Amino acid sequence: MSQTVIEKIWDEHQIADLGDGTCLIYIDRVFLHERTGSVALKSLEAAGRSVRNPEQAFCTMDHIVDTFPGRTDDTRMPGGTAFIQTTREAALAAGINLFDLGDQRQGIAHIISPEQGIALPGTTLVCPDSHTGTLGGLGALAWGIGSTEAEHALATKTLVVKKPKTMRVNFTGQLPQGVSAKDMILRLIGEHTAAGGVGYAIEFAGEAVCKLSIEARLTLCNMTVEFGAWSGLVTPDHKTFEYIKGRPYAPDEPLWEQAVEYWQRLSSDPDAVFDKEITIDCAAIVPQITWGTSPMHETGIDRLVPDPIDETDEHKRSAMERALEYMAIESGTPLAGIPIDAAFIGSCTNSRLSDLRAAAEILKGRKVAEGVKAICVPGSGLVKQAAEAEGIDKVFMDAGFEWREPGCSMCFFAGGESFGHEERVISSTNRNFENRQGPRTRTHLASPATVAASAIKGCLADVRKLD
Amino acid sequence: MEKFIELEAIAAPLMRINIDTDVIIPSREMKRVSKEGLSDGMFANWRYTEPGGREENPEFVLNQEPYRQAKILLAGDNFGCGSSREHAVWALAEWGIRCIIAPGFGNIFHGNCVRNGILPVILPEDTVSDLARQVEEDPAKNTIKVDLITCTVAAPDQTTNSFEIAPADREMLLEGLDAIAVTRRYDDEILAFQGRDRLKRPWIYL
Ligand code: SF4
Repeated sequence: MSQTVIEKIWDEHQIADLGDGTCLIYIDRVFLHERTGSVALKSLEAAGRSVRNPEQAFCTMDHIVDTFPGRTDDTRMPGGTAFIQTTREAALAAGINLFDLGDQRQGIAHIISPEQGIALPGTTLVCPDSHTGTLGGLGALAWGIGSTEAEHALATKTLVVKKPKTMRVNFTGQLPQGVSAKDMILRLIGEHTAAGGVGYAIEFAGEAVCKLSIEARLTLCNMTVEFGAWSGLVTPDHKTFEYIKGRPYAPDEPLWEQAVEYWQRLSSDPDAVFDKEITIDCAAIVPQITWGTSPMHETGIDRLVPDPIDETDEHKRSAMERALEYMAIESGTPLAGIPIDAAFIGSCTNSRLSDLRAAAEILKGRKVAEGVKAICVPGSGLVKQAAEAEGIDKVFMDAGFEWREPGCSMCFFAGGESFGHEERVISSTNRNFENRQGPRTRTHLASPATVAASAIKGCLADVRKLD
Repeated sequence: MEKFIELEAIAAPLMRINIDTDVIIPSREMKRVSKEGLSDGMFANWRYTEPGGREENPEFVLNQEPYRQAKILLAGDNFGCGSSREHAVWALAEWGIRCIIAPGFGNIFHGNCVRNGILPVILPEDTVSDLARQVEEDPAKNTIKVDLITCTVAAPDQTTNSFEIAPADREMLLEGLDAIAVTRRYDDEILAFQGRDRLKRPWIYL
């Protein structure tokens, strides 16, 4: 019978059918971080349970650690040091692989997991973090779970999962100049809402997706959770295999050939049937930006702030009204030109080397507008190192950006450093929820190129129109 | 885990769509490496007048009588979307919420509810809106009855609606089971799977 790539990976991991579409699924890799992993490890320990196959479990410090140069276990987040130290002790006691502070490999979980060859095509990977779906960019079936489920995965190497429906999102046509994977995923969410993917695992397909680099595919898959989807992936291809080869935890000779042969079988059969299919024409995508407090509140940078009057659904309309009030912008205003207070490049969405390169290309020889606080946080120690080897750090700093140590940093606010009350931030991150980057902070999501262009202009700006 | 069999309780309407887990518990309220002590920070940005403050905002429904006693929440679509933080569920449970009725839930949040004794009930949007309307119209008649044996919700006006729930989730809630202990029943199958898989995908076994 014809199968989708999602069903193939699922079947390869199914241990038992528990009835009504719920299955016991084998989990290849568990990834933890100090914010939610700490509780999971601690309560596992308290229950007297141990980690099965600790060599296949990983842990990093990303959410709470400070990102200022010269950092230690001390962090600006209240109580944060305890999270870091508890996680370290518990991870060492459990014998799992730890990417600790001071380790060049430390960074954001979803950045270092591909970088280290931990996430591989056709693997199941879970992490108590909602952006775990990022790893679908490599053809892994990866999804975010809660802490209690993480305990379950650590103790049993399995999870009880309800089989998702399948959806294929076809991105057809050519991506125009100045438009990136971030704009693609924002457009999808804008057009089909933040709940459009609920209950689905998604295969991103089509000409435009095939042409994306692996790093761009990771960006695309990063925001499947913002679409409401359970997981999302791209079928692995020769680019994927090239990317993986030689990474520390990836298969080496003599297993390499066997692995590639296995991975090549992971694609949807030509006549496979998806529960739903959506097509998006890439030629029509322009640089996208969010204007409200949900990722679905987005539109083209060359458009006007929308009017809730045009929304027929009552709940959506009141959410729009509330968002406009929170964001302090008025319907009918052109988005390009709205003044900003800060610019942020970082997060598991857009802090890989290619993102920093895209931003640096725009920043080169230019200066951040006066009064704009601009921060760049590379996703991992290795990204930072590679960027510095190319002189990208200098480009950022010469332009007026701060150049930080790797971590989640100001992608979210945890009580420490913040962008400030009612300040407007253009950000390469994935969530523009109320208070996400600080109390009453107003976040506009966009691609790294748009963030860089806006930082220079001092307002939301169209990267295609930069002189 | 506390069992969930049936519940007749006050329901509070919170009918916004896309209420995310950052709203349910802001990051800065997750101060300790613990599942406890979180209810104080529940809905902090809506519940209190100042970020980080503790002065109650009288406009917020859960600060009003009789909703302070609510054990059921009625919410808009996609409730609990966003961050995976289980702290959102721990905070709700500690505050006293045992059941949430909404047209849809964030995936991870839904799973977290079941694992912590909170019943997530999915009903059509019109039905949830109607329940909210009944509760708001006459605060004296604001109790809803949820029965997990029959999988029904009885509105204040006595109309009943059936809901669906995955059998595994239902069993776990009804019995108050610990999921790890349940899975341990499959230990032999897991070991056998690893044995076969190791031959097929040796590179997975580091
Ligand atoms: S970078 Fe942001 S979205 Fe990504 S894992 Fe960290 S906090 Fe979450």
